[in-house]
Order: sequence, then C-alpha cells, then structure tokens
Amino acid sequence: MTGTILLVLGSFLASAVEMVEALTIVLGVGVVRGWRSTLFGVGAAAVVLAGLIATIGPALGSIPIDALRLVVGALLLVFGLQWLRKAILRSSGYKALHDEEEAFREGREQAAAAGTDQRAGLDWYSFTVAFKGVLLEGLEVVFIVISFGAAQGRFGPAVLGAAAAVVIVVAAGLLARGPLERVPENAIKFAVGLLLTSFGIFWAAEGAGVDWPGDELSLLAVIAFVGALSFGLVRSLRRQRLSASPAGAGA
Amino acid sequence: MSYVRAFGRFWWDFIVGDDWVVAAAVGLGLVLTGILTGLGVDAWWLLPLVVALALAGSLRRATRVTTT
Repeated sequence: MTGTILLVLGSFLASAVEMVEALTIVLGVGVVRGWRSTLFGVGAAAVVLAGLIATIGPALGSIPIDALRLVVGALLLVFGLQWLRKAILRSSGYKALHDEEEAFREGREQAAAAGTDQRAGLDWYSFTVAFKGVLLEGLEVVFIVISFGAAQGRFGPAVLGAAAAVVIVVAAGLLARGPLERVPENAIKFAVGLLLTSFGIFWAAEGAGVDWPGDELSLLAVIAFVGALSFGLVRSLRRQRLSASPAGAGA
Repeated sequence: MSYVRAFGRFWWDFIVGDDWVVAAAVGLGLVLTGILTGLGVDAWWLLPLVVALALAGSLRRATRVTTT
C-alpha cells in the first residue's frame, strides 16, 4: 500500500514537472504563431507517446519479474541519480534554477523571429517545435510510467499519477493563460529525483536477489536515507561554494 | 550510420547523462550485490552505500570543474 501511494505520487510529480515544461513551449509558440499548427504538433506527439506505451508496456509483461526489476530498477536508479544530481547542484547554487517565465519569453522571441514555411497546410515551425517539445518532455514521463508499471507488475497506479498530472497542469495552464511560473518546479524536481533514486535502489537490489528487511516498508527507510544524504550534500556544497567565493555569500 | 549514432547518443544522454561514472558504479554495485546474495549474504545495504559514494563523488567532480 505504502509503495503504491509513493508510486502514484512519484509518477504524478515527475509527469507534472515535465508537463509544465511542455506547456511553456506550447504556449510560447501558440500565443505568437497561432494555435492550429501548434495543436497538430501536440496531437502528433501524443499519438507517438501513446504508441510507445501501447507497444512497450504489454511486451514487458512477458519478462520474469525479477529480471525486469533488476533492469528497470538499474535504469531508474541511473536516471533518478541524474535528476537528483542536478537538483542538488541547483539547490546549492552551483547550477541556475530553471525559470519558466524566462523560458516562455525566449520561446516567444524565437517564435516571432522564425520565418514562415508552410508544409501540408501547416505552419511548419509551430508544428515541429510543439511536436519536439511535447515528445521530448513526454518521453521522460513515458519512461517513468513504463518503469514504475513494469517493476510493480501493474500499470494502473503509474498511469493514474501521470494522467492526473496532465489533466491538472493543462487545466491550470488554461486558467492561468500563461506559463506556470508559480509552480515550485525546482522543489518538485528534487522530490522526483529522490523518489526515482529510492525506487531504483529498492527494485534493482530486489532484482539482484536482496530480501529487504521489513519488505515494502524498507522503501520508506531508503527514501529517508537518500533524502538525508541529499540534504547533507546540499549543505556541504553550499558551504563549499560560499567559502570559495566570499563575495557571493548573499547569493 | 550517423542516424544510428545519433539515436544511441540520444539514449545515452537520456539515461546516463553527464557522468558515466555514476552509471558504472551502479552497475558494479549491482554485480557485487548479486554475487554476495548468491553466496548467502543478504547485501541490502550495499546498493545504498554505493549510491551515496557515487553521488558524492560525482558532485565533487562537478563542483571542482565549476569552481576552477
């Protein structure tokens, strides 16, 4: 039960943060160049992503669960450590925070400066930018949903989390009529990195033959361990940065 | 050939990212965990330990590059 709740939460947060970024790209193009071609791009990307889930998801069902957990857990762990590493670098001030408002402004400027190229009755710039943006951001969501679903042996909770995120982010975007810059994106990315890494450790070790003490409850202990480690690293890196550049002490 | 290379590059960047040493450490940690459990040792503690060391080492390398 604990694992399922955390799985829905992880899938929801990861999907929400990727959808916020995709929404910023789509809004930046749609507002400047019109919605028809932009929405065709979004639709085409959604079809490709749905096709990927429909193809890969059921195929994974035929692989033995321990082998699947080992491979999926290892991939999720390496992937999650990437998120966590970047989140720690951002929180400690070594990497710039992601700014949706800035990304939106850049997107609008690029969309306004791009020339016109009509193909198949579509504004090709709007179509390709929306398609690529949604496909690339969505690919991470698909990867997480498929990994979570495969390792858990059922796709329902992961799909539920992702679907809820898509609905909420799109609804919020429509209401706000602009980029969702108030979403605490960097904090969410930290939480996602934490959950992906913890699930990765749990499943990969299980796949390698480990019997976790306390079974599923030990997932909470793994999350607490990775959380304490991450916050410790943030504090240590902050101190290191401030001692290296006293002039930037207030940054 | 360049398409295959670009496809491989995309997935490498997507999964492994900036620091391949972290991925190698995770792989090594899993092999050792498998060997130890095969020998009858329930090595649940090994992978968290490897992750802690790999993450700290990766951040150390990343910030050393940034600060110099």
